[in-house]
Amino acid sequence: MLNYFILLLGCQFLGEVAVRVVHLPFPGPVVGMLLLFVYLLVNQGVPKPLEDVSQVLLKHLSLFFVPAGVGVMAHFELLKNDAWPLIIAIVVSTAVGIVVAGLVMGVMLKPQLKSAEESGVNE
Amino acid sequence: MQQSYSQIWLSLSTHSLTHLCLTLVVFALSVKLFQACKMRPILNPVLVSMVIIMGVLTLIGIDYATYFASVQVIHFLLGPATVALAVPLYRQLRQIKASAKAIFAGLFIGSFSAVVSAVSLTYLLGGSFDSIASIVPKSVTSPIAMGISEQIGGIPSLSAAIVIITGVIGVIMSGVLFKLFGIKDSAVKGVAMGTACHGVGTASMMLENEKAGAFAGLAMGINGFISAIVIPIAWLILA
Repeated sequence: MLNYFILLLGCQFLGEVAVRVVHLPFPGPVVGMLLLFVYLLVNQGVPKPLEDVSQVLLKHLSLFFVPAGVGVMAHFELLKNDAWPLIIAIVVSTAVGIVVAGLVMGVMLKPQLKSAEESGVNE
Repeated sequence: MQQSYSQIWLSLSTHSLTHLCLTLVVFALSVKLFQACKMRPILNPVLVSMVIIMGVLTLIGIDYATYFASVQVIHFLLGPATVALAVPLYRQLRQIKASAKAIFAGLFIGSFSAVVSAVSLTYLLGGSFDSIASIVPKSVTSPIAMGISEQIGGIPSLSAAIVIITGVIGVIMSGVLFKLFGIKDSAVKGVAMGTACHGVGTASMMLENEKAGAFAGLAMGINGFISAIVIPIAWLILA
């Protein structure tokens, strides 16, 4: 499992290198995700230890957001200036984003979802 | 004696072990509470942990920079965890390919309507230029959002706060919204959450099932990728 944790960090590292060398506007880990994806395509499968270590990390993804989340407290002053416009805009636009993305994709998938339901393979 | 107690307290309250334990224990308890209350969205573990930890830090007089330096290990794991998203992505590849057109359509139109509604509402409600520019990248994963914010003249750290709030509020509202609009399919839920609520949305979808998590991770990645290119250009043309 350690070897595959190193693989994850290695992908992230190469991602960070690529971002700096080519001046990409993306974070290193996102480029790292792409690299690991390419590795999996070449490897044509997910090795069991990689699956295990990924599962552990992804199961705790929420936890990893807590330190950054607490950071909101450092920006209360900035947020306070425009508290109401920001809060209302965030709530409404987030709901709009979720619903529009969901409905558009749902409409376009409709024929597919129906046939899946009929043949009983819907998970 | 009194003196030494207060010295012990002082050295412990600023010790990184204390902050690490605080974070892990509070998060573990938040997850327990979440599960005990039938996963009620308002009790989302990230939100509950954030609020409690903010309260404790304020109470014991620790500033955020000190706290963050202590818990950087936890924050650091976001990196490899993001890389690990390639695994569910790879395993769902067949289904992703089969619905690629629908994914892109939902992603584009969803992301676009979120940006437009956020900007116009902030403007109409009398928000300052700083707030308007900072809210633009609100749906994008925070490192990308901070970069975009900087490029278009927003305040990167304000954007980071807006991004986190967006994610948490989105997760809280998602259950009701999905029910209200009859959105049931895991893939569709995943794309909706990844598009509108970046990593925080992806984390919540991971708890639902692997399919939803994979589609969310995919949508988050593509949305970040496209936003990083399109938003600064669009802003330049419009402004």
